[in-house]
Amino acid sequence: MSGGIPDPTAPLIPSGNLRRRQIFSKITEYAATAAAVLAVAVLALVVYTVVSRGAKAIDWEFITTSYPTGVAPMLVGTAIIVAIGTAIAMPLGVLIAIYLTEYAGSRGAGLLRTTLDLLNGIPSIILGLFVFKLLVYHKSQSGFAGSVALAIIELPLIARGTQEVLRLVPNSMREASEALGVARWRSVLTVVLPSALGGIITATVLAVARAAGETAPLILLSSIGPLDKVTVDPSEPLANVPVFIYKLSEEGNPEGFATGWGIALLLISFILFASLGARALLARSKRKLASS
Amino acid sequence: MTSGLDPSQGQNQPVPARIRIQGSGVAPPQNGAAAVVTGAAVAEQHGFAPDVVFDSQDTSIYYGAKRALAGVSLRIRRGQITALIGPSGCGKTTFLRSLNRMNDSVPGFRIEGQILYHGHDIYGSNVDQVEVRRRIGMVFQKPNPFPKSIFDNVAWAPRNLGLKKGLHDRVENALRGAALWDEVKDRLKDSALGLSGGQQQRLCIARAIAIEPDVLLLDEPASALDPIATGAIEDLMHSLKGRFTIVIVTHNMQQAARVADRTAFFSLAPVQGEEKPIGSLIEFDDTETIFSHPRDPRTRDYVTGRFG
Amino acid sequence: MSGSATPALAAARAGRSGSRRKKADRFGDRFLFGICLAAAVVAVVVLILIVYQVFDGARPAMSKYGLSFITDTEWQPNFKVFGAGVPLFGTVVSSFFALLLGAPIAISIGLFLSLLAPSAVRGIVSPLVEMLAAVPSVILGFWGLLILAPFVQSTIEPALHDTLGFIPIFGTPQTTGLSMFTASLILTIMIVPIIASISRDLFVAVPSDLQDGAAALGATRWEVVRGVVLPSTASGVVAASILGLGRALGEAIAVSQVIGAGTAIKPSVFLPADTLAARIALQFPGALGEMHQAALFYCGAILLVIGLVSNLTAQWIGRRFSYQGVAAK
Repeated sequence: MSGGIPDPTAPLIPSGNLRRRQIFSKITEYAATAAAVLAVAVLALVVYTVVSRGAKAIDWEFITTSYPTGVAPMLVGTAIIVAIGTAIAMPLGVLIAIYLTEYAGSRGAGLLRTTLDLLNGIPSIILGLFVFKLLVYHKSQSGFAGSVALAIIELPLIARGTQEVLRLVPNSMREASEALGVARWRSVLTVVLPSALGGIITATVLAVARAAGETAPLILLSSIGPLDKVTVDPSEPLANVPVFIYKLSEEGNPEGFATGWGIALLLISFILFASLGARALLARSKRKLASS
Repeated sequence: MTSGLDPSQGQNQPVPARIRIQGSGVAPPQNGAAAVVTGAAVAEQHGFAPDVVFDSQDTSIYYGAKRALAGVSLRIRRGQITALIGPSGCGKTTFLRSLNRMNDSVPGFRIEGQILYHGHDIYGSNVDQVEVRRRIGMVFQKPNPFPKSIFDNVAWAPRNLGLKKGLHDRVENALRGAALWDEVKDRLKDSALGLSGGQQQRLCIARAIAIEPDVLLLDEPASALDPIATGAIEDLMHSLKGRFTIVIVTHNMQQAARVADRTAFFSLAPVQGEEKPIGSLIEFDDTETIFSHPRDPRTRDYVTGRFG
Repeated sequence: MSGSATPALAAARAGRSGSRRKKADRFGDRFLFGICLAAAVVAVVVLILIVYQVFDGARPAMSKYGLSFITDTEWQPNFKVFGAGVPLFGTVVSSFFALLLGAPIAISIGLFLSLLAPSAVRGIVSPLVEMLAAVPSVILGFWGLLILAPFVQSTIEPALHDTLGFIPIFGTPQTTGLSMFTASLILTIMIVPIIASISRDLFVAVPSDLQDGAAALGATRWEVVRGVVLPSTASGVVAASILGLGRALGEAIAVSQVIGAGTAIKPSVFLPADTLAARIALQFPGALGEMHQAALFYCGAILLVIGLVSNLTAQWIGRRFSYQGVAAK
């Protein structure tokens, strides 16, 4: 039978079919590298376009006045809608995370995790339909309806993000306080939650970043807010950034496009800085927990 | 080459004559060479007769700033079993892994001195890592079968090498060579993960010898196994002896005494210019000498159990 | 008594001090458990309510058009004729095209980030890939409409038509670049970072002793990947791809900005098409009456079922996935 090494004392350069295999392997390595370069290039291209075209539109007036000279109503509207949505989702999400780590049995936790993953996977346009049916049907659009939809989007993100960090809180911390007869609720509130605070904030910031750019539900729920004056009443429809960009893209008017790039730059800067900052914070708080 | 997978060790399985060469002295020697050295038949056919496989010259190994091994010089001879023994953390595994460049992927790895393999610097500039490992196979401490069938575990590397002709015979021979054939011949398509630990480790050996390497490096191959499985691995090493040059790291001195021709004792020792003691080669000699008349008192303390 | 023990001791003493305290603790424990449980129940109820409300909204259309709604290709709100065949076709085609193009790229990126890239490069590229996932779909759609579509129209369409024009799907170039093809490209950009970051995590978790075992048999890097890394992560990668597919199926905004709102099934991918989600986004705000709304809810119900099924499938595959251990015993 052939196949042994013909000559073990030969120089250690590729023998047999190895040269061909090495070339193929190199090609796949280059291809994988090229794929990564491609993804980064697309990101760079999108960001570059938004920055280079958007920067021209942005000045103090653009941020502080109403349409058509500025976009203040949309910025304020988005801030209000996202703030209310977060105010709903954050406590719920944190409580769910506490339930998952501190109370749930394995079956309950499994069911809850499946639920959160399903919620996370539901297309956001469907959430728009749902909240429309629940709050808008036969009534009228409102900023609040938009907030409810965004809250459903944020909920699984905050719950899973918080749970990840709560899991890192060492059991010894819980046991130490329970061994001393401290009640569960006290140890959760005074020991577990504070040490996970960084993670909770991170999860919330990431959820806010995601919600701020979410467009689909708002088209159904808060798309007719006034553009020419700043309004703050969430029981009325509120102008907002994503729907505004969406409408500009539908209109096909070059001046509108210029405004669109400008406001897109504001939105994308907020989102990218928020997510980068949140990730840095998360890395820090995980390190802290790991070392404690 | 008419090769050296001799499955006939201790069994009366019919084996085609053309693939029968020496086992550990059971099969008749060919090529006119003595049974003990015919593991080197391949090279001798080609007119090479240097029986030094590895020549380590003042090899030091660093991980980042940390020196893991200091100035090791030793020669490993063809067809022999060489055991590396010593307490944990003494650099014996590090040394073993540097013989087929398995340390290359460790961050901060750096080597000084040189390791010659049949006269070629293993860390030379135009050396192909993959070629090195193809000639110098390795079996690890923890059995690591692939999550594939038993057959595919053994057939995987030959397929890569394009050795598709007679693949089934090759797999069978390798499994016989690893004394595993009788246990698995009826379930070659079953997952390898269903085997016992000892069987998995023998499968890993079969996997390594299926491509007929020149050298087999064994890194504490029996440390994760029970005594019976350990015994099976040791028997196996006896049967592989002569066909492959074997280097084995073990923390089990009896094992070294039972299987090895030559034994190297590694330990932590003070090294000039270093604050802490560094893994060093203390003594290298015939196994018999190391265990009965060691020259170095540290070796004597270790082999007589007075160490630590 | 050492200083460090004092707070613990104080807490312990506090725990023992009197029945009022104990009562408060009993109440506190129950209350915290109660609101946590309530929050968990809210999540489950919301999920059920979503399914119920969407189907309830679709009921008029369901009872009028039945299951033939799924295959009918006529959609004329003015005559109250509704069939979801065209957008359903567009949804399936655009998403699968995106998966076909995106999954190999994403898996390659995962391999690059986990096995090839030096750690410094990994530390930069990894967050960049995740930032691509963070770009809001409306901005990606805006960019697609104004930058990508004209480029597709002027460059990619003619090139593909000239070289592969004998295949009917690469028909004659059109004037706007708003098409199934451009929508698929945008979807590809959206799903690549999702699949890439999950696969990266999967590949990183492949035990290194398996990879060492393969390398020690004289395997090239590619052979290690092909022989060990990919097979032992296959189900996880499939699950990640299904998640990406689910994301593509449900994307409304970016798709509606670049797909051109086509009204018929066309063989060429360079022609406008439509998807279920995009049609809801485009038509719902100006829906002509209740039946039109109900038909859009029906589209939503179809989408919801596809979304839930694909998500559950991914979860099921992902959960079954494990290395089954490479341990000795």
